[in-house]
Amino acid sequence: MSVQILMPALSPTMTEGKLATWMVKEGDSVAAGDVIAEIETDKATMEVEAVDEGVIGKILVAAGTDAVAVNTPIAVLLEEGEDASAVDSAPAAPAPAPAAAEAPAAEPAPAAAAPVAPVAVVPASDEDKYFDEVKTQTIREALRDAMAEEMRSDDKVFVMGEEVAEYQGAYKVTQGLLQEFGDKRVIDTPITEHGFAGLAVGAAFGGLKPVVEFMTFNFAMQAIDHIINSAAKTRYMSGGQMGCHMVFRGPNGAAARVGAQHSQCYASWYAHCPGLKVVSPYSAADAKGLLKSAIRDPNPVIFLENEVLYGQSFDVPVSEDFTVPIGKAKIVREGTDVTITAFSIMVGKALQAAEKLAEQGISAEVIDLRTIRPLDTATIVASVQRTNRLVTCEEGWAACGIGAEIAAQVMDQAFDHLDAPVARVAGEDVPMPYAANLEQLALPQVENIVEAVKSVCYRG
Amino acid sequence: MFTDALLRSKGREMAQAKSAAGAGRSTPTRTRKSRAAKPPKNNAAELLPFYRDMLLIRRFEEKAGQMYGMGLIGGFCHLYIGQEAVVVGMQSAIGKGDKVLTSYRDHGHMLACGMDARGVMAELTGRIGGYSKGKGGSMHMFSREKDFYGGHGIVGAQVPIGAGLAFANKYNGTDQVSLTYLGDGALNQGQVYETFNMAALWKLPVIFIIENNKYAMGTSVTRAAAGVSLYQRGAAYGIPGAEVDGMDVVAVQEAAEKAVKHCRSGKGPYILEMKTYRYRGHSMSDPAKYRTKDEVNKMRQEHDPIDQLRATLLEIGVAEEELKGIDREIKAIVTDAADFAQSSPEPDPSELFTDILVEA
Repeated sequence: MSVQILMPALSPTMTEGKLATWMVKEGDSVAAGDVIAEIETDKATMEVEAVDEGVIGKILVAAGTDAVAVNTPIAVLLEEGEDASAVDSAPAAPAPAPAAAEAPAAEPAPAAAAPVAPVAVVPASDEDKYFDEVKTQTIREALRDAMAEEMRSDDKVFVMGEEVAEYQGAYKVTQGLLQEFGDKRVIDTPITEHGFAGLAVGAAFGGLKPVVEFMTFNFAMQAIDHIINSAAKTRYMSGGQMGCHMVFRGPNGAAARVGAQHSQCYASWYAHCPGLKVVSPYSAADAKGLLKSAIRDPNPVIFLENEVLYGQSFDVPVSEDFTVPIGKAKIVREGTDVTITAFSIMVGKALQAAEKLAEQGISAEVIDLRTIRPLDTATIVASVQRTNRLVTCEEGWAACGIGAEIAAQVMDQAFDHLDAPVARVAGEDVPMPYAANLEQLALPQVENIVEAVKSVCYRG
Repeated sequence: MFTDALLRSKGREMAQAKSAAGAGRSTPTRTRKSRAAKPPKNNAAELLPFYRDMLLIRRFEEKAGQMYGMGLIGGFCHLYIGQEAVVVGMQSAIGKGDKVLTSYRDHGHMLACGMDARGVMAELTGRIGGYSKGKGGSMHMFSREKDFYGGHGIVGAQVPIGAGLAFANKYNGTDQVSLTYLGDGALNQGQVYETFNMAALWKLPVIFIIENNKYAMGTSVTRAAAGVSLYQRGAAYGIPGAEVDGMDVVAVQEAAEKAVKHCRSGKGPYILEMKTYRYRGHSMSDPAKYRTKDEVNKMRQEHDPIDQLRATLLEIGVAEEELKGIDREIKAIVTDAADFAQSSPEPDPSELFTDILVEA
């Protein structure tokens, strides 16, 4: 049966093109794959190949014709032995479809309302009940215990990274794990962040539950393609068939006097991306409870620690059943005049600021975000509805930062409750300097928080 | 010296692979190896599935190109036409539980893994019946059931992931292997060498299959690679490599079996450089002006993997009518897949927000 040859789309953006040259004439036999014409697209001159074998019965669009719309019949192909009289009855086959730039080919969905993004549900937590029996631990020890407990209960969990095994961890967070679990499950990698992050993603695809330690998150920039493109997006790209049950963890943010390439907060980088969860605890209890939750979580979790905090001690529940849910902020100090949000090391500074503010008669409520993505907006909004003022704190740069996101959320959900513009306390907009005095100036300090709070309270 | 000895041994392997390739069609008395029974190499019953599988890929890709031309497939679409023998030969050497992954030129690999032509084509058209519900597209498809782990759009990124699948195989105490495909272009990515190092260091059961089709988009191997013996790129890590005629499915199968045996026995990774060729442009919008028509025509006429096997089959007495029957069967499968891919609805708008995270 004769068929019409249609003007093809030859690039993702082509809607029309010039039929530059016919490489065949009427009466010529062609085989599948033979070049029959040249077409100038918006990008280049392309060859058009015959899809079926047959005889060119009629050329419908002459060479040199400009602006031929995609899917216009340009020739009629006859089957071998078919008479040229079949030309007139040639169906426009195969069923022409709209070009890429036009309406979608499928029946358009009935004018349904646009789908609404689900709001992250803040999980319930029974964490408080475990504080009846506590021990004092450093964050370093709490993180180690979290990994050890999860490795004992699930043999799919393993730890890999630079110096995690024989050296016992560059910051000694993995101390003792090699001795307990052996070198099959505690794996020293070469210095090869891009490679081992990708390898760990593959291990997660294969059903394991990797805990990848970056010596610092600064080095994870070498691996960020795998974190975003391979780990975070696969569940979506696979239509839910598979994903990455894994944790990327390590110190984040400024340490002390290590200069620009080793002092940066990556919270907003990762919090930007759907498909990831991002956690950044302050206390040892939260570090342990959240790391246990992260290791059990079937999604890729970015776990941002802080080098300066590793040696600080806190009360940590003794029970191994204690966990902290991802996605739930915590009010660490109640107050009535202003809400201060912070995460990681800035929580300590916010608490110190609140103490100073109390001396000046200002009652500040301090929220430890704990999880950056999904952000517990409900807790922040509820607090702002009581205090009517908000100061956000982060070590990272303000531009496109966590404070910017919180300010937008609060404007969206509690605009009428605000008695003052939201103030952001953040790192100065400079690469981290080395000189002690400049570094001090670049990082947000307790005094900056105090000043910001007084400003939103209109207290000079 | 160790290095010299290593290279010499690679040279021998290469020579063997080459002679096997050269003998592929003209020696009908050769015997074929497989993990189980070992029927004679000219056994039509064993060669016919190769013909069928390669033809399915060829016709599927031709149809995909046609549907792209009709505006039914959007974005990027990289066709595998010309390279069919590589994936079909490799697949014949592995079994259930062995893992496969590749880059963005992935339709052939999925069909070879036994994924349904309907589901692949419907993904190309962005419909709910596609393997990723229309949310992945040509470059991003997966099937855990068929041990296919993507479909990766970032050049070279699949390489450490493939080694990670091998790591999981080894961790779980299986003898399963990971077939990790990459192109001659990807071979210049740094993460490939990070992976070679770890795979060799930890003796991971991964076969790196370099599909050297001579062009990384528009840049020929000779313009991009310092040293064009790509199978030797693992020599510094002690990874054995062999060069294979990737247009000869039997030569591919023989090389694959050797590599798989090496991996299964715990000796670590293996590199196979498949000398192959893609007839079409890099993607649908590539006019392919970086090579001559004569070059393409010469490959098609003298080295086409399907034509070569067809000639062998006729030579050993397979009836033309039987091959035509296969042609008809394949045409029906591809037509059905194309129909399905056009009739399957677009994903419901509510799918926009699904499959991002799963409940903890």
